[in-house]
Amino acid sequence: MISSAKTNSSGKSSIRNPTLEKTHKFCFHCGECCLTDDIIFEGKNFCCTGCKSVYQILNENGLASYYTLNDHAGVQQRLQKHTGKYAFLDDFEIAETLISYREAGQAHVYFTIPTIHCSSCIYLLENLHRINPGILRTDIKFAEKEARIIFDENVISLRQVVETLNRIGYDPHLSMKGSPSPKKPNRSLVYKIGIAGFAFGNIMLLSFPEYFSSTVSQEIYLGHIFRYLNVILAIPVFFYCANIFFISAWKGLREKYLNIDFPVALAILVTFIRSLMDVFSNTGNGYFDSMTGIVFFMLAGRILQDKSYLQLSFERDYTDYFPLAATVLSNEGIETSTLVNKIKCGDILRLQNGEIIPVDGILLNRDALIDYSFVTGESVAVEIKKGDKIYAGGKLLGGIMEIQVIKEVAQSYLTGLWGVQESELKKTTHVSFVHKLARNFTLIVGGIAFTAGIYWWYHDVGKIWPAVTAVLIIACPCGLLLTSTFANGFILRLLGKNGLYLRNASIIEKFSKINTLVFDKTGTLTSPEDIQVTYQGDELPGLEKKLIASLAKQTLHTFSKPLLDFLQVHETEKVANFKEYPGLGIMGEVENHQVTLGTNIFMKYESNISNTKGTMIHVEIDGIKRGTFILQQTLRPQLIEMFEALKKNTQISLLSGDEPYQPELFSKAMGEDADIRFRQSAGDKLSYIKHLQTVGKVVAMAGDGLNDAVALKQSDIGICITDNTQRFTPAGDAILEGDRLFLLPLFIKLCKDTKLIIQICFGFSLLYNFIGIYFAVQGKLSALVAAILMPCSTLTIIFLTFILSNLIAKNMRLRNFLSGKV
Amino acid sequence: MSAMVVLLCASLLVALIFLFAFIWSVRNGQYDDEYSPAHKILFEENENQSHN
Repeated sequence: MISSAKTNSSGKSSIRNPTLEKTHKFCFHCGECCLTDDIIFEGKNFCCTGCKSVYQILNENGLASYYTLNDHAGVQQRLQKHTGKYAFLDDFEIAETLISYREAGQAHVYFTIPTIHCSSCIYLLENLHRINPGILRTDIKFAEKEARIIFDENVISLRQVVETLNRIGYDPHLSMKGSPSPKKPNRSLVYKIGIAGFAFGNIMLLSFPEYFSSTVSQEIYLGHIFRYLNVILAIPVFFYCANIFFISAWKGLREKYLNIDFPVALAILVTFIRSLMDVFSNTGNGYFDSMTGIVFFMLAGRILQDKSYLQLSFERDYTDYFPLAATVLSNEGIETSTLVNKIKCGDILRLQNGEIIPVDGILLNRDALIDYSFVTGESVAVEIKKGDKIYAGGKLLGGIMEIQVIKEVAQSYLTGLWGVQESELKKTTHVSFVHKLARNFTLIVGGIAFTAGIYWWYHDVGKIWPAVTAVLIIACPCGLLLTSTFANGFILRLLGKNGLYLRNASIIEKFSKINTLVFDKTGTLTSPEDIQVTYQGDELPGLEKKLIASLAKQTLHTFSKPLLDFLQVHETEKVANFKEYPGLGIMGEVENHQVTLGTNIFMKYESNISNTKGTMIHVEIDGIKRGTFILQQTLRPQLIEMFEALKKNTQISLLSGDEPYQPELFSKAMGEDADIRFRQSAGDKLSYIKHLQTVGKVVAMAGDGLNDAVALKQSDIGICITDNTQRFTPAGDAILEGDRLFLLPLFIKLCKDTKLIIQICFGFSLLYNFIGIYFAVQGKLSALVAAILMPCSTLTIIFLTFILSNLIAKNMRLRNFLSGKV
Repeated sequence: MSAMVVLLCASLLVALIFLFAFIWSVRNGQYDDEYSPAHKILFEENENQSHN
């Protein structure tokens, strides 16, 4: 059988079929539906021998708690492993790039392990020493999916460490970039908020006596102590905690631009100076509590907004996709592992089933099937004849293949796709409406302060200073900044809860402006898991269906399940002399009939790819051709509704690198006006996006493959679609889970509503500002009034943004904070 | 009223201790991983080697 275009490496996301649920058992290790009933150990069913052997390893080492902590905690093991996969780690040079630190024979190595997903994983990995005593210690960082492993180099090698991980299903991600260095998280914001909070609380406490005693004179010296303590507490807040606002405002000023931090920085500065003067001139106790409070709340908003998804990477390039090393065959036929970027022209590489081809080359030993779906968007695996050219990035399906290198990694076609990027790509920078609002606000406040100053110039010169400073203090646009940071922070989390992960908060506003959406086909609109089976040929009687089903059940191949669903056979027979030829086909004897399922090559039919509408699997019974199963990828569920909603106010296009297999399926779903183009190369996609942008469109592109990578970068918003957030995705502004794609119109609407939320809440904060200004222009703004107004407006804003964003999400039937777990 | 000053110093001192403890815990990485420590506590240290 031909392998599917893409296989889901984790297998966690598989959709359980209700008809299978009744008749089948689930793997004790990984929870996958068991296609065969033969793999049983200690009375437990397993879906494959891989899962069984992991169970055995864990059981032998007394790690059975792995299964009691979480049901079916394991990682699916169906993908075949081959020994020697990690042989390249024996190479001293490669090992050196991975080991980050050594001390007295102990080596420290950092790995990213994408399959870490639950507490059982932590339990197992931190008990690795029980499986292999050479491993001394493992520390897991769950959010980053990162493991630090310390092992004794005198006992085991790096290769053995990785192979131990491989045996239990926790392969580390090894790429040309080397292992991740231990990241130093930036904690300065947390320190700042801690200090600001401390100062804010204590200054409030110390200010209370002054607010509530009318006769301060009784205890003059005590009042002085309080005031000077306030000054001391406010100093670190002003110089340390608030410095991010000053730095940002200064940067804006240097570019001759008043950004949102400018009025905030000005307000903090004025408040601080005015308060110092009050204290030292003995005329009051200043507004230190307001100042520290504002800094505290604004830092809180900033932390909320700066949410980052540690487990996701938005900045990947091809080096993450390529393997670290490949097997080079010498003239004498000796295999050596070589770093991918050390492979030279003329070298002969030997590749195993499932390996990614790292270089352009010529196929030497035999015909091969290559899955190029990720590179070109082609959904059907390509047959390459012996002696033909083969391009980097494809995945070998089945068997072993030898290729002669004709272009090194740095010059390969795939690497070239990235080459065009940075220099040629141009994006328009855009300024948030919040910044524009803030600038107008600043000008108005400046005007009010100036007018108040003029007024007092004629009436009471002594009041100019208090009135002008008070206006600037109370009318600080902190409300606006707070609203936008909190609203962005909440929306960012709501989107994350629903499967859309944004690179940062500024994407929200860009998202709301999308008026053109460009989709990729393979992997974006179609999913590797939604396979539709059709049959062409002689009608199959029930008996023959049973024969085919019995045979198909024997394989762990991804096409087995859709085929079994299609045949609707519940009882199957035993199969004798079962043989599987990876990537080609299977055969066996069922009830004395010879049954064969396989591809064109396997059946030795004349291939006529031009007629293909999907992957073809032919069936022969007793050597007579019965017919052909055609496996086609179908649209992800609910996409028709999505297009229906999008059509109203968005222009939609489809750019596929694939052949036009089922054009009517897409034209029907996307409507008459949609621009649907097939056979688009990476360059075609890029120029299409550029063209849209020159006519003033705000373009979002949703894609998943390497052929979309350049177009994703060029588009105003690049949305990477993935069925498995652990898997490789090209760089983009957003990562969207494939099964949540249909929510895209709602996501756009939610981002549009963010602006509304900000405006409503800003309106509320203006109300407080008006009250404050009423006192301020008269020069009567007491520290008490300021101290009440400031927290009131802040808390109102935080509360309102939270409630509004949740209500809007709830109205859209999206997951929200109030609904808890769905 | 000098008692007030003493109390004031004491309260500030206590607050400072907590601020220091907070910064220390952040620096120590206690907030870096909010998931695993909560689950690690449930792992049994020396479970018997019997199967299941």
